[in-house]
Amino acid sequence: MKLSKEMVEHVAKLARLSITEEEVEQFSVQLSRILEHMEKLNALNTEGVEPTFHVLDLKNVLRPDEVKPGLPVQEALANAPEREGQLFKVPRIVEG
Amino acid sequence: MKLYEMTLAELQALLAKGEVTAREVTEAFVRRVEEVEGAIHALVTFTPELALSQAEEIDRRRRAGEPLSPLAGLPAVIKDNIVTQGIRTTCSSRILENFVPPYDATVVEKLKKAGLVLLGKANLDEFAMGSSVENSAFFKTLNPWDLSRVPGGSSGGSAAAMAAGEAAYTLGSDTGGSVRQPAALCGVVGMKPTYGRVSRYGLVAFASSLDQIGPITRDVRDNALVLGAIAGHDPRDSTAAPLEVPDYTTFLDGDIRGLRIGLPREYLAAGIEAPVRQAVEEAIRLLSDLGAEVEECSLPHTEYALSAYYIIAPAEASSNLARYDGVRYGLRVAGDDLISTYGQTRRQGFGAEVKRRVMLGTYALSSGYYDAYYLKAQKVRTLIRQDFDRALARYDVLLTPTTPTTAFKVGEKVDDPLTMYMSDVCTVPINLAGVPALSIPGGFHQGLPIGIQFIGRPFAEGLLYRVAYAFEQSTAFHKQRPPL
Repeated sequence: MKLSKEMVEHVAKLARLSITEEEVEQFSVQLSRILEHMEKLNALNTEGVEPTFHVLDLKNVLRPDEVKPGLPVQEALANAPEREGQLFKVPRIVEG
Repeated sequence: MKLYEMTLAELQALLAKGEVTAREVTEAFVRRVEEVEGAIHALVTFTPELALSQAEEIDRRRRAGEPLSPLAGLPAVIKDNIVTQGIRTTCSSRILENFVPPYDATVVEKLKKAGLVLLGKANLDEFAMGSSVENSAFFKTLNPWDLSRVPGGSSGGSAAAMAAGEAAYTLGSDTGGSVRQPAALCGVVGMKPTYGRVSRYGLVAFASSLDQIGPITRDVRDNALVLGAIAGHDPRDSTAAPLEVPDYTTFLDGDIRGLRIGLPREYLAAGIEAPVRQAVEEAIRLLSDLGAEVEECSLPHTEYALSAYYIIAPAEASSNLARYDGVRYGLRVAGDDLISTYGQTRRQGFGAEVKRRVMLGTYALSSGYYDAYYLKAQKVRTLIRQDFDRALARYDVLLTPTTPTTAFKVGEKVDDPLTMYMSDVCTVPINLAGVPALSIPGGFHQGLPIGIQFIGRPFAEGLLYRVAYAFEQSTAFHKQRPPL
């Protein structure tokens, strides 16, 4: 069973990944492997089982709200593909 | 014996006695890298000048009578998904090919305080996704024991560098086996600590609930030394455990009388090659001779672990890799607008395996599928964890093979992701459960190393080192060196 073309294109859009027609076909086959994994897992009864998101018993790890020094601006900008002054520069987001 | 063939402990003894300087030791490793790097290609970045200047500083401090850590002045190679300030950190990906981190990972900071001499950054499968380093965007790393074979992955660069004597110790990272499997294939010792034992601050995230940094070293004592230096709580990693770090070397007493060792039958099922099975059987005999009680047990949900992992890990990865968008750092490929800039940047910046897992993970987490896929997989994860809890209540440690086979040939598995995934079948369940596990040399077959794996209770790395040391000291596998 393969995933539909529409589903693959939808997932690629969510993942912000540009893919070609040929890749849509390839991913359609590869993503369907997920369905095989899921078939295996669905054979297990997990009613009443809590999910494990984290293996440790840590919750709400907080620190006092004290101002601490952060990364200096120049260092934060050092790897920027495009910058202007103290800002990262990107293509226009809002039309008009 | 050459300096680059010695263990950390042996080198440290020479330094302490003043028989050799850190500079001389570092020069020996620099020469060794120059000698063998052309054959194994373990390093993405080689930093000999930095290493020599760091070594000289350690020598100056030693002459001044300053107290120094046992690791001080001994050259290390660090996997290239651990950030090093001012030194390119690429994750073996085009999308980070020229990324220079403005900060050090916590483990790097700790090692610097202990007198780090950084010799280079090791190659890996891109973003730690793979089991052979064939997914590196730059080049393949080869196994020092047989240059036609893979070193394993994703920490294959670290393991190959360790085996070939390019460093006195190395660091790798492990999400589904990426420290243990290459350690096994390269005949060295690799520890994946309990989740939360070592800070992940500065480890480029792959799967946040599974990732751990771990040492890959010549022998068990060296591994205990390095883990002691990098483990511990970190306020910058809210998943790091607020627990004291013991001196792991105190567990190296060789006494395992009465130790109860469980042998999960699911790990010796079909698919484990005969020589690997034999190595485990010989280990059982040896451990019994040393006074341990070895008994078969069961981890009944083992067969579901790979499937759960291949939903959970890509799901978490798809979220972690969303940051590579060409805005603040890394590659940017300009598109007509912002969305296409993202699309083109990620299209060109990510390799095939990374794209595959990002797509898989995005699908598993997408609206309408999250409950059925990700949530279900996390429930199965609980069952897998409970298997380990039950087994480790009856037994002190569990013994399994580390990998089903010895090192496979370059190109043999790269076209079939499913067979590649199978090489993780003995290691993946451990990451899901969050427990610690250690791979040590357990034999050879036709000149290729075999690894055996000990699995322990959470935060029981000391006990793992105890049993591994006892086994190691009764064998000579760890003394062998590749014919390079």
